[in-house]
Amino acid sequence: MAKSIDISDLDIYYGDFLAVEGVSMSVRARSVTAFIGPSGCGKSTLLRSLNRMHEVTPGARVDGKVVIDGQELYDPMIDPVEVRRQIGMVFQRPNPFPTMSIYENVLAGSRLNSRKLKKSEADDIVERSLKHANLWSEVKDRLGKPGMGLSGGQQQRLCIARAIAVEPQVLLMDEPCSALDPISTSAIEDLIHELKTDYTIVIVTHNMQQAARVSEDTAFFNLAGAGKPGRLIEFNPTKKIFSNPDEPATEAYISGRFG
Amino acid sequence: MATITPTPPTPTRSSMHLKTPSLPRWAPLLVIAIAVAASAMLGLLLGWGPVGIAVVAVVLYLVGVPLWSRLVEDGRRAKDRMMTGLVWTAFVLALIPLVTLIWKVVAEGLPQINAEFLTYSMRNVIGDQQGGIYHAIMGTLLVTAWAAIISIPVGIFCGIYLVEYGKTSRLARWITFLVDVMTGIPSIVAGLFAYALFVLFFGEGVRMGFGGSVALSLLMIPIVVRSTEEMLKLVPDELREASYALGVPKWRTVSKVVLPTAMSGIITGVTLAVARIIGETAPLLIIAGKTDGLNMNMFSEPVTTLPVFIYFSYTQPGLPPEAGQARAWGAALVLIVIVMALNLGARAIGKFFAPKKGR
Amino acid sequence: MSTTIATRDKAPRRRGDVIFAGIARGAGIAILVALAGVALFLTLEGFPALGASGAALDGAANFLDYVWPLVFGTLLAAILALLIATPLAIGVALVIAFYTPRRISGVVGYMIDLLAAVPSVVYGLWGIAFLGPQLKPLYQWLEEYLGFLPFFAGPASSTGRTILTASIVLAIMVLPIITAISREIFTQTPQLHMEAAMALGATRWEMIKLSVFPYARSGMVSATMLGLGRALGETMAVAMVLSASGVVTFNLISSTNPSTIAANIALNFPEATGLKVNALIASGLVLFVITFAVNFAARAIVARTERERS
Repeated sequence: MAKSIDISDLDIYYGDFLAVEGVSMSVRARSVTAFIGPSGCGKSTLLRSLNRMHEVTPGARVDGKVVIDGQELYDPMIDPVEVRRQIGMVFQRPNPFPTMSIYENVLAGSRLNSRKLKKSEADDIVERSLKHANLWSEVKDRLGKPGMGLSGGQQQRLCIARAIAVEPQVLLMDEPCSALDPISTSAIEDLIHELKTDYTIVIVTHNMQQAARVSEDTAFFNLAGAGKPGRLIEFNPTKKIFSNPDEPATEAYISGRFG
Repeated sequence: MATITPTPPTPTRSSMHLKTPSLPRWAPLLVIAIAVAASAMLGLLLGWGPVGIAVVAVVLYLVGVPLWSRLVEDGRRAKDRMMTGLVWTAFVLALIPLVTLIWKVVAEGLPQINAEFLTYSMRNVIGDQQGGIYHAIMGTLLVTAWAAIISIPVGIFCGIYLVEYGKTSRLARWITFLVDVMTGIPSIVAGLFAYALFVLFFGEGVRMGFGGSVALSLLMIPIVVRSTEEMLKLVPDELREASYALGVPKWRTVSKVVLPTAMSGIITGVTLAVARIIGETAPLLIIAGKTDGLNMNMFSEPVTTLPVFIYFSYTQPGLPPEAGQARAWGAALVLIVIVMALNLGARAIGKFFAPKKGR
Repeated sequence: MSTTIATRDKAPRRRGDVIFAGIARGAGIAILVALAGVALFLTLEGFPALGASGAALDGAANFLDYVWPLVFGTLLAAILALLIATPLAIGVALVIAFYTPRRISGVVGYMIDLLAAVPSVVYGLWGIAFLGPQLKPLYQWLEEYLGFLPFFAGPASSTGRTILTASIVLAIMVLPIITAISREIFTQTPQLHMEAAMALGATRWEMIKLSVFPYARSGMVSATMLGLGRALGETMAVAMVLSASGVVTFNLISSTNPSTIAANIALNFPEATGLKVNALIASGLVLFVITFAVNFAARAIVARTERERS
């Protein structure tokens, strides 16, 4: 059920400020694509434009095309709310809903949209999603407890469970491990490995080892200077990027010579 | 005093002496004791009242401590000690009204409270017969309830508009400004407004409970808007984004994620707003009027509320005046208890409904 | 497997969103309308008083003559109240912010907030029955020893229900407002400034003078102005405490006192009929304009400071 994403000539603006310029790439289905690059290069902005989340920021707009499953995301007839139902997102900091229990958090996607679920169906979804997120064994005895009571790594896996409970086509992850300790990070990375059999995953990361560990393809972004827009420098299979990149700038960044 | 002056330390290294002469920690306490004793002795000799003795004691303290400090320490620290004394004096002075007020209301009001006082109205009560404030309690509750019914939805939705929808639009800026203006409307002007409005429909001399509710909502709405706004701003944007990312439309995000998260704060704010308006007198004097009997119909005829009852009962007590004035104190005690209960309740609600964090 | 993302072929606006946003906007607009209504209806009902004279205006020749002594009394009582309340309130705010440990200061702050919660009619009772009689000896003392000042010319009131007593009650009522705002600003003083002063070897008072007051000055001014707005409009405490005769005088301790607009309305409205009602409403409009101006000035000061700081 996973889909590929084709991006062509995408420019992203915040008001008059051009944040990302001229990105074209295509993200393969059922694989993990990593976005790397220095801070401010627009990789998070690009990620958020893939499910129209950037529109939440006032003044943000987009030129160019993002095509998923033959449909142009920025077509005026497209409903951004529907887009987000199909393209889930996991954020940098874990953000479970504080008023909801673990159980309710997993079901939030359906409940908040007032989908009627039978008790057995709901139980199924919760169990399946939590198992998928490798959290089931840790929380199965306290599903009624508040989601905020979990540790940071558990909260992040709860957020992943919440995102996959609505069975999206694509899962976007915006630095999902940057607020976590190494053990939780490795748990999440294992999870990403398992999830890619069912989902198309795009992950933004600051950690190059993480990109190398989890992704099939890697896109390197950079910006020419402060105030200049971010651009896609190189997009290649991860193995090639980390061993023999086409662009000298990529090699300089990866070998730690700048950024 | 000279005996307790500490001996100046002898610097062992002339280049750096961190020890400077200073008063012992208990010095202020000692001065207080001496000041009170001296003032009391003088007062008893010259026949001052307790207030006079207290004033002189404070003055003695405010002079004594800096003087002592000046002799032992230095001018700067003397000044510091004097200012410390002054701000504490200001503080104690500010607490005196609170203490005496509560003491007076309890002392005068408590003897009045009995079952009959709380369950009978003043209908056909003459002179020093028992009489009661049931009609005023019900009037207050009903008028306030209607005010809350008007104010809470308008206030909360206006807060939602300002935070979630309007943001920096021109309309939102205007509303923010006017809410500020509303906060400053004198309560009596709110009463006049309600009168001027209702007189158009019901003719001169109109008095009804609902008019009072309209006046009170004019005072309550800005408080509800402000507290809602503040609480909604505290909800992190991450939660809104998490909800959007699940494909939840904005109105459901606001109503099912943002509002519940902010709810405890909003309820606290609303309760405090109710506590604030339930004691309002002036607008109700204008538009709700006064009657001796129970009137549960908010849409015709005057309704007595507790504050208005207190006012008339004390200033126009009838004969003998003691009976009416005593009833005023009893009603004041009931009113204070209601207001304090609402204030404490607001805190409890805030704690109870706060998002649970524990494991 | 192909899932269609777009489910609608018209403009993608959801009905729920439209309705909800509409209600929220409507609530905002309701406030605009309500305020416009206040201005409109008060003007409408107050207007006839401008042409009145004689009995409806308590014997004054025209509305201006009628309202001037009341404006004087209102300003006098409010300004006296501020002169009393401001130093006390700032002292209390300093105690809470800098002189008590954090745990105690929370309780103390709550006690001051309780002062704000007491209904004004209860302050009125307390003012008549407790404060007035307690102040009587003070007034006699003031008359005896400071009687050469016009403020204390006397003869001292025998009930203590003077404009000074009313101002003291008003001061107690505005004190929590000024305290709450000042306290907030004091605690926002940048730690860096305070530590810089401490590092220079300043005493606590010098630290407050050097780093807190400069930072908080405009906030303290606007807190005082907001307190002034409250004092100007406060009705019941004055109506009950003051034994008013509508004169214009600076004598603060005698039994003939100026009245205030709000108290005058409260005292006369219940029995008023005809043009008298219009006159009272017109005076209410004057009060509204005065408090509006004061509050507006206070907000403008706050807004300017916020702009400078950001």
